[in-house]
Amino acid sequence: MLKDITLGQYFPGDTVVHRLDPRTKILLVVVYIVALFQAEGWIGYALVTLVTLLCTALSRIRLRSMFKGVRPMLFIIALTALLNIFYTTGTPIRPGWIVTWEGLARAVQMMLRIVLLISGTFLLTYTTSPIALTDGLELLLNPLKKLRVPVHEMTIMMSMALRFIPTLISETDKIMSAQKARGADFETGSLTRRAKALLPILVPLFVSAFKRADELAVAMESRCYHGGEGRTRMKQLRMERRDCIALILGGIFLALMIALKSLCL
Amino acid sequence: MEPIIRFENVHYTYPGDELESLCGVSLAIEKGSFVAVLGHNGSGKSTLAKHMNAILVPDEGRVLIEGVDTADEERLLDVRRRVGMVFQNPDNQIVANVVEDDVAFAPENLGVEPAEIRRRVDASLRLVGMYDFRMHAPHLLSGGQKQRVAIAGVIAMQPEIIVLDEPTAMLDPQGRHEVVSTAFSLCRARGMTVVYITHHMDECIDADRLIVMSNGRVAADGTPAEVFANTALMEREGLDVPETVRLLQELRAAGVRLEGEPLAVEPCAELIAQALLKRSRK
Amino acid sequence: MAEIVTEKLCHTYSAGTPFEQTAIKDVSLRIPQGQFAAVIGHTGSGKSTFIQHLNALLQPSSGRVLLDGQDINRDKFSRRDVKWKVGLVFQYPEYQLFEETVYRDIAFGPANMRLGKEEIDERVREAAAFTGVEEALFERSPLELSGGQKRRIAIAGVIAMRPEILILDEPTAGLDPAGCAQILENIRNYREKSGATVLIVSHSMDDVARLAERIIVFDRGCVAMDGTPEEVFTHASALGEIGLSIPKAAQLACALKKQGVPLPDGIFTHERLLRELLAVKEGRVC
Repeated sequence: MLKDITLGQYFPGDTVVHRLDPRTKILLVVVYIVALFQAEGWIGYALVTLVTLLCTALSRIRLRSMFKGVRPMLFIIALTALLNIFYTTGTPIRPGWIVTWEGLARAVQMMLRIVLLISGTFLLTYTTSPIALTDGLELLLNPLKKLRVPVHEMTIMMSMALRFIPTLISETDKIMSAQKARGADFETGSLTRRAKALLPILVPLFVSAFKRADELAVAMESRCYHGGEGRTRMKQLRMERRDCIALILGGIFLALMIALKSLCL
Repeated sequence: MEPIIRFENVHYTYPGDELESLCGVSLAIEKGSFVAVLGHNGSGKSTLAKHMNAILVPDEGRVLIEGVDTADEERLLDVRRRVGMVFQNPDNQIVANVVEDDVAFAPENLGVEPAEIRRRVDASLRLVGMYDFRMHAPHLLSGGQKQRVAIAGVIAMQPEIIVLDEPTAMLDPQGRHEVVSTAFSLCRARGMTVVYITHHMDECIDADRLIVMSNGRVAADGTPAEVFANTALMEREGLDVPETVRLLQELRAAGVRLEGEPLAVEPCAELIAQALLKRSRK
Repeated sequence: MAEIVTEKLCHTYSAGTPFEQTAIKDVSLRIPQGQFAAVIGHTGSGKSTFIQHLNALLQPSSGRVLLDGQDINRDKFSRRDVKWKVGLVFQYPEYQLFEETVYRDIAFGPANMRLGKEEIDERVREAAAFTGVEEALFERSPLELSGGQKRRIAIAGVIAMRPEILILDEPTAGLDPAGCAQILENIRNYREKSGATVLIVSHSMDDVARLAERIIVFDRGCVAMDGTPEEVFTHASALGEIGLSIPKAAQLACALKKQGVPLPDGIFTHERLLRELLAVKEGRVC
């Protein structure tokens, strides 16, 4: 059901990974993604997989939760794999077949790449509270304020969106049940028919989202919100020694991956 | 003593409405008192509440919070810091994904020092009994717990006044009990001025003062016992009267002599028992 | 004829995961046609899960739901058809309104039943009359009406399907006393005129005491008590233990008895309490 979507979910904890500065983690994820795209050959993928598993273990996130994050993307993963199987030239598995050994290898590697990409970013959102995440993002993007980019507004919008995802999901569930009780049918019929059948869900959802936004704005104002100016933070972000170590390790990892790539070529 | 909240002939019409929502309300609320406001939907009780921290500003007349005019834009933050507001829907007033971050929101907006925010957040959460839940995600809490977090979020501003606008309308009996007793303890143990808006009459029984709103006007104002005694008015306003009050009145009408207006169950039973049993002994 | 029976009904959410949670367990109940029953229990006691089984919105993990002796989950079609026979009004139903006009929103259910235009029209007007929705409102947008009106339109949307069993999850939540009284009156009216079975989930013991013929108490997924209001409300302390109270009139009667006033058992409405107290007075004076 809809409740199983874990997008933007945060699992509180007290591990090294949880305690890292969000800025460090955001930078590390960028490093990780760059490194992932350097991966070439089985050794490269094995290394990235190992690092991902190590980080997951360090953060005590269950592998099951990681797979849950991957699940909504299964279709895209399968599609990429198929395309790679059929569109890679090389030695056929059997004479006359379109499927090649190279294609199979590429398909597996591509699948790994997407799964690792998702896992890496999910590791960030699983171990970093959205508030810390947006705070980190705001601080990292702070220099852009000089270019009149509304960094604070953008980040607060993002954190509000994250805050309301679970609320809106459970609301969608409720509205769906209520319309089903009135005989609405979401499962059968042509595509246009099914799209039309969504109206009884979308209209109430939008109405209530606007009402919520309205009430939230009043509640925020009455708690003295007046934009980013003069705001302080309870949780001050401070780079500690572990952040330096983590960033250095991240740098080494990236260098290793680049070296590996040039070796392979 | 100067009242902490003063309404002077306040008129207000919502933009686009023809009818006035407040038609000349004058009120003075004493510091440290627990004032309950009852009224049916559309009676103007929420509009009244929204004037107390300058979410709405009167079209005519003034609202003074400790002498500060809410229409004074320069003092806006000052007014809002002094008057904390808690609203009906617990989901729509929690801004953060973690309980303690939400409680920190208001002091952060006020530019309080980080260490001081931490102190206030912990103290506020302890006060409402939610300290053990400080790391929880708000959407997994019960309705009553969410409202207590919202109350903590307001207390962290260290306000003198707390206004609760139908805080229990969406809660189950247990949640209602949690919120009502928290509101009373803020007033009784902490000396805060509490304005409590509701349409559940049984939540008003222990208030110092009960105001009934009707069509944008104050229809009744007095101690709960005095106000409930006017059953005709309560009925006209579509409001319930405590079971105890109804019973005492009907027994009186039937010729039983009863002195006083106890609202709670036990004292009321005692009074009736005395009257009936004494009579029988004669 | 519409009798609903549940046989050893169980429901477990997220079965097979660490979040596994048994919501209801071994619920066997028989609700005869025309009964006005109330389901009470605190939040999380399983009462919401239970009622969603009665029109096949949720499928049991084990056990069966029988409507007139037939399993409602026997196939896809019966699961759909049961929705016309068992109407379910959710909590805060006004949040499900979506059509441009009040009329079309009430007509949504009957239209899903593929009824003819005239039949739909008849049902919409009938349902609106039951819930006190004036026909002058038919062409208005439901979104611009007051909370109480919206609630009644939403209930009309379910009544328009002419359910033989009407289930309402806290139909008065969040309304002021006048709004509550009106909704309860509408429900009573529908039951009297249509002879339907009504099942109401409520937190208000006073409402339950006034309306219901039978009270089913849920606690931790099981039926903890089941009987007439007299029977259930005599167990004040047992109800207290599972976080429920008894009606105010019953509390007063209890306190009066402790003070030595000779009152009979089973008083839980205001009218009865007053009558008994006056009887005590007369009896003693004479």
